Amino acid sequence: MILSYYPGCTLKTKAKDLDRYGRKSAEALGITLEEIPDWQCCGGVYPIAKDEIATKLSSVRALAAAKAAGQDLVTLCSACHNVLKQVNNDMKTDEEIAGKANRYLGLSEEYHGETNVIHYLEMLRDKVGFDKIKELVKNPFTGKKIGAYYGCLLLRPGKVLKMDNPENPKIMEDFIRAIGGTPVIYPMRNECCGGYVTLEDKALANKRSGKVLENAKDMGADMLITACPLCLYNLNKNTDGYDVPVYYFTELLAEALGVKD
Amino acid sequence: MQKQDKQELILRISGVNARKCMRCGKCSATCPAYDEMEYHPHQFVYMVESGNIEPLLSSDSIYKCLTCFACVERCPRDVQPAKLIEAVRLAVIREQDKNHMKKGDLPELLDEDLPQQAIVSAFRKYTK
Repeated sequence: MILSYYPGCTLKTKAKDLDRYGRKSAEALGITLEEIPDWQCCGGVYPIAKDEIATKLSSVRALAAAKAAGQDLVTLCSACHNVLKQVNNDMKTDEEIAGKANRYLGLSEEYHGETNVIHYLEMLRDKVGFDKIKELVKNPFTGKKIGAYYGCLLLRPGKVLKMDNPENPKIMEDFIRAIGGTPVIYPMRNECCGGYVTLEDKALANKRSGKVLENAKDMGADMLITACPLCLYNLNKNTDGYDVPVYYFTELLAEALGVKD
Repeated sequence: MQKQDKQELILRISGVNARKCMRCGKCSATCPAYDEMEYHPHQFVYMVESGNIEPLLSSDSIYKCLTCFACVERCPRDVQPAKLIEAVRLAVIREQDKNHMKKGDLPELLDEDLPQQAIVSAFRKYTK
């Protein structure tokens, strides 16, 4: 199976592991991720305002490229996933935004949200299947208590992203079971880590991330997994004294599949 | 820009109908930035609705909201307070010399592990 792939800026630089282990694991699962040529940065955060057009164009270009290739578009970074899905929804449902974007871009064929955008986790669930992954696991995380950290970008707004129940998700817990681990459910798993505020207010980022780690530790997690480079950074830098290592979920997947070098 | 024009602009670009709010306060109750905010999400909703926007424009609260969308997901009336806060922030930073972060500020804020995602996100939220 060949799918279009949008890595995003951070996966080419500070989050190379998220990308590398994601690609290796996909190959092991029989999926070829075809990187979109000349993709541009999504901007990291979805431009909410109705009159923001220029800031949505890089996403539209990527979406249109996947449409031209006739493939679903896979994202791995939580932020890219959030931005691309929300912009895609605008192109599908907001005539004014779609009209302006199309007139500006002048694509050979107008784009109106035809591409199906999926997160890598959705690819594992819906294209491969967690049962199949379970069969292919060589090094299971038996006995490991793993907490899923969803953060804010993977699930919300639930009506647009349609990945999972935004208040009681289970896709990452099902992933943890598939690789042989024991998922730990903790209430802060879908609350914000502090995001980009770490640039101007370290104390605030520390407070936010500390609450997540404290809660995960209290509920018995040995480690956390995330799909977001900024969550990983915040949780690792702002431990607030709580010792819970945080990993990209693709690193655990690659290890479980026996393709981690 | 006249006060009323600004109110209309904020409502228009946010796409929010503030009149749907029934004042239950769930947005503020669930907001992870509550302690840091001078004005809380429910106050943004009724202050914009009533045209009392000057205090919001000059408050640091507009930079405490990180658009995590907890309020949007949990609002029983689908008011989407975070979109309104974003529009108030844009009404400020779209004006001349009102960028909240300058390029020159950046070098000393970086460390070797900081993901690019943090920088591009901050520039989208803080500057125009």
